[in-house]
Amino acid sequence: MKPQLVWGNPLWDSKACTSLVRVSIQTRGSAASPYVISAHNLTKKYGDFTAVDNISFDIPAGESFGLLGPNGAGKSTTMRMIGGVSQRSGGTLSIMGLDPEKYGPEVRSHLGVVPQQDNLDEELKVRDNLIVYGRYFGLPLSYLKPKADELLEFAQLSEKAGAKVDDLSGGMKRRLTIARSLVNDPKILLLDEPTTGLDPQARHILWDRLFRLKEAGTTLVLTTHYMDEAEQLCDRIVVVDKGRIMAEGSPAALIRQYSTREVLEVRFGSERNATVAAELAGIGERTETLPDRVLIYTDDGERALEEVAARGLSPLTSLIRRSSLEDVFLRLTGRSLID
Amino acid sequence: MTSAPVPLTPAQSAAKARRLGSWYFAEHTLRVMRTYAASVLMYSVGTPLAYLFAMGVGLAALIDANGAGAFGGVDYLTFLAPALVASAAMMSATGEFMFPIMDGFKWRRTFFGPHASPLAPAQIAQGHIIGVTIRILVPTAIYFAIVVLFGAAPGPWAWVSIFTATLCALSFGLPLMAYVSTLTKDSGQFAAVQRFIVTPLFLFSGTFFPLATLPWFLQWIGWLSPLWHATELGRVLSYGYAEPAWLGAVHVLYMLATAVAGAVLSRRIFTRRMGA
Amino acid sequence: MSTVQSQGSDTAVGRGAVRPLAGLYSGNARAVISRGLMATKSSNWLVMLSGFFEPVLFLLSMGIGLGALVGTVTGPDGSPISYAAYIAPALLATSAMNGAVYDSTWNVFFKMNFAKLYQGMLYTSLGPLDVALGEIFLALLRGLLYATGFTAVMGLMGLVTTPWALLMIPVSVVIAFGFASFGMAITSFMKTFQQMDWINFVMLPMFLFSATFYPLSVYPEPIQWLIQAMPLWHGVELLRQLSVGAVGLGMLGHLAYYLVMIVLGLVLTTARLRKLFLR
Repeated sequence: MKPQLVWGNPLWDSKACTSLVRVSIQTRGSAASPYVISAHNLTKKYGDFTAVDNISFDIPAGESFGLLGPNGAGKSTTMRMIGGVSQRSGGTLSIMGLDPEKYGPEVRSHLGVVPQQDNLDEELKVRDNLIVYGRYFGLPLSYLKPKADELLEFAQLSEKAGAKVDDLSGGMKRRLTIARSLVNDPKILLLDEPTTGLDPQARHILWDRLFRLKEAGTTLVLTTHYMDEAEQLCDRIVVVDKGRIMAEGSPAALIRQYSTREVLEVRFGSERNATVAAELAGIGERTETLPDRVLIYTDDGERALEEVAARGLSPLTSLIRRSSLEDVFLRLTGRSLID
Repeated sequence: MTSAPVPLTPAQSAAKARRLGSWYFAEHTLRVMRTYAASVLMYSVGTPLAYLFAMGVGLAALIDANGAGAFGGVDYLTFLAPALVASAAMMSATGEFMFPIMDGFKWRRTFFGPHASPLAPAQIAQGHIIGVTIRILVPTAIYFAIVVLFGAAPGPWAWVSIFTATLCALSFGLPLMAYVSTLTKDSGQFAAVQRFIVTPLFLFSGTFFPLATLPWFLQWIGWLSPLWHATELGRVLSYGYAEPAWLGAVHVLYMLATAVAGAVLSRRIFTRRMGA
Repeated sequence: MSTVQSQGSDTAVGRGAVRPLAGLYSGNARAVISRGLMATKSSNWLVMLSGFFEPVLFLLSMGIGLGALVGTVTGPDGSPISYAAYIAPALLATSAMNGAVYDSTWNVFFKMNFAKLYQGMLYTSLGPLDVALGEIFLALLRGLLYATGFTAVMGLMGLVTTPWALLMIPVSVVIAFGFASFGMAITSFMKTFQQMDWINFVMLPMFLFSATFYPLSVYPEPIQWLIQAMPLWHGVELLRQLSVGAVGLGMLGHLAYYLVMIVLGLVLTTARLRKLFLR
């Protein structure tokens, strides 16, 4: 039984298989509303290099859907194909029932897009950026002027309306880009790495704004390599690596399936981590040795730590934390998300 | 979010963008230019004044005293003015078809914002061309007006040279735009274009002296140069410089053909580069 | 320069003297220069070359093309010379100005505001004046190469008739020094590209009006005074006289003009750099 939504997963096991299928059937089952985005066997090649390798997913209206993966996993390429600005090499893609390659303008009229790199017009003032962008949708100035003020308020940028884009902080530019993407009241918002490069406070402000959009019923499609971001914002995630989907499900379900409840992180110093790892065998469900630390997966971190001590090992530092999507990714690929 | 609903459905937006997208982007280009309109205006008044006084009055004093008669019966200022108008148009086109293109694709990636909107890449290319054409027409008209004030445009059809000068700007600028839109980084190409192409064209296109004055092995520069074609046309229009009709047709056709080729290529390159 | 006492007492006293530029100058402009030379190696040689070609193209076009129509003009010593010989030294002076101004304004402006190169340098032991002197030196080195090349072209065209003409090379470096140090001082006040545009706006008329293409005598007297107050005219006069060997004491006046420009520019630049970087 090969589940429809998951491809080429080397660590596939029967337990994960059944529960994943359950998740996917659930999503399909709840689709009283039609899917706003459907991708089937979507592929993108640049010469010999396959950036996106035969991936499939369906996104129902109102869902918050995340593509999680490291840099170069093919997330942005997928986003650009959905946004109708990149031609696919194979498979089918439908946005609001339209093929973006045939109906580029129509598809893009439905979307709001927040690209990975801000491409605001730095020669125009903050408010003018919104108005100019609205003009591309054929919208009249009589609508755009009040709309721009409203969006600036939403983005908490009202005071900067007359400022130059250049004078905004990174977080403010990002919020302005999001405000810009909302000028046509899109039902679907594509966000490519929305908070990469922002400081923690700026990220939280941004997440709050995105959460409001989600509450208002906007379908969010976002890529990220931050697991906390995926956990905060996404109803459902696909984990992608090297252009393929590795796993799919809600953040909680993924953690349940691929990790333990808690993780004990112990450090013995760079030289010793690898040698000590052998002596840790048998503690917890499994261990993972990284260059700077050893991870012990267990449902009870305190007990695992006691056991480490009982074996006469004294780590320089130790930390017990809850499992995260980072651990899921490590389990699936053997690599870290952020390298 | 409690405001008026969007007055257009996505389908209506898309239909409008398909029809008018180029003009929407032209509007953008012009809005950006408005932010430096003061310096454009300053240049469009200051440059003609400086050149007309220096070359047309100062240098003319030297030339009319020594080499009068070389200019078909008109004084040096009248001879020179159409060339200056056309070369000013060509030079502002050079800037506007290089830096904003690089900015759009590379530096600040300003083309990729509209690219995510209903606009198509070819419309972005066209919109930029429309915007720059308007941007060049204005200072060219001002330049011409100042030439008139200097009394250096005697003929009744001289004003048409505003348009031939703008055509010259496009004839040079659009192939340049196509070239720049293939660049992925500036490792000195812009400076090279300025100094190895624009400056020689300015100096060897029959601008300051009739092309025939140059040795024969340099005259081909003039034939290839949009600036020479525009300058000759300008002289015909401005003071009735005698030239066979077929040559006039060659001037217009050459400039039109290069401009159209540049525009078509630019559209293709934009589409290819943004759709990959 | 009263900040010296508070800033440099430890190190300066340790070295036995309170240097007047402590905190601004570490005597290591060489580091900036060698960085510049290294960057030059990887830069585009075509662009480097193009700076040399520009005045040569003007000389060919105006000297040969226009020269055919103008014939001969009266040289600085009163005897007739060809039009090409008349404008060549003026083009050399203009190119010294253009190169120095470009290097000390646009280039410095870009590095200061966009590449943030100087901020990086100033985290080391370098002071702002090391940076300024280093950049000016690089500009002058380039100017020296161009001037040598251009003089060689003049020689090839038969426009060099006296050994005095060789002095045009060092003198055009002096001219470049004046413009570079003054240009850098002005740039330190600039904040936007629009303001930078004003520099071009001053340079163009200076190029066109400073007796470059025709003698000053075509102007009414008040305009002649105005032009004589501008720096480029002095450079044109200096080089034009040297080119035919019409050497006189009047040249010292022109040179003095540039010395004032150099000193004034450096003092102003230093003061501004202190304000910009050592707050």
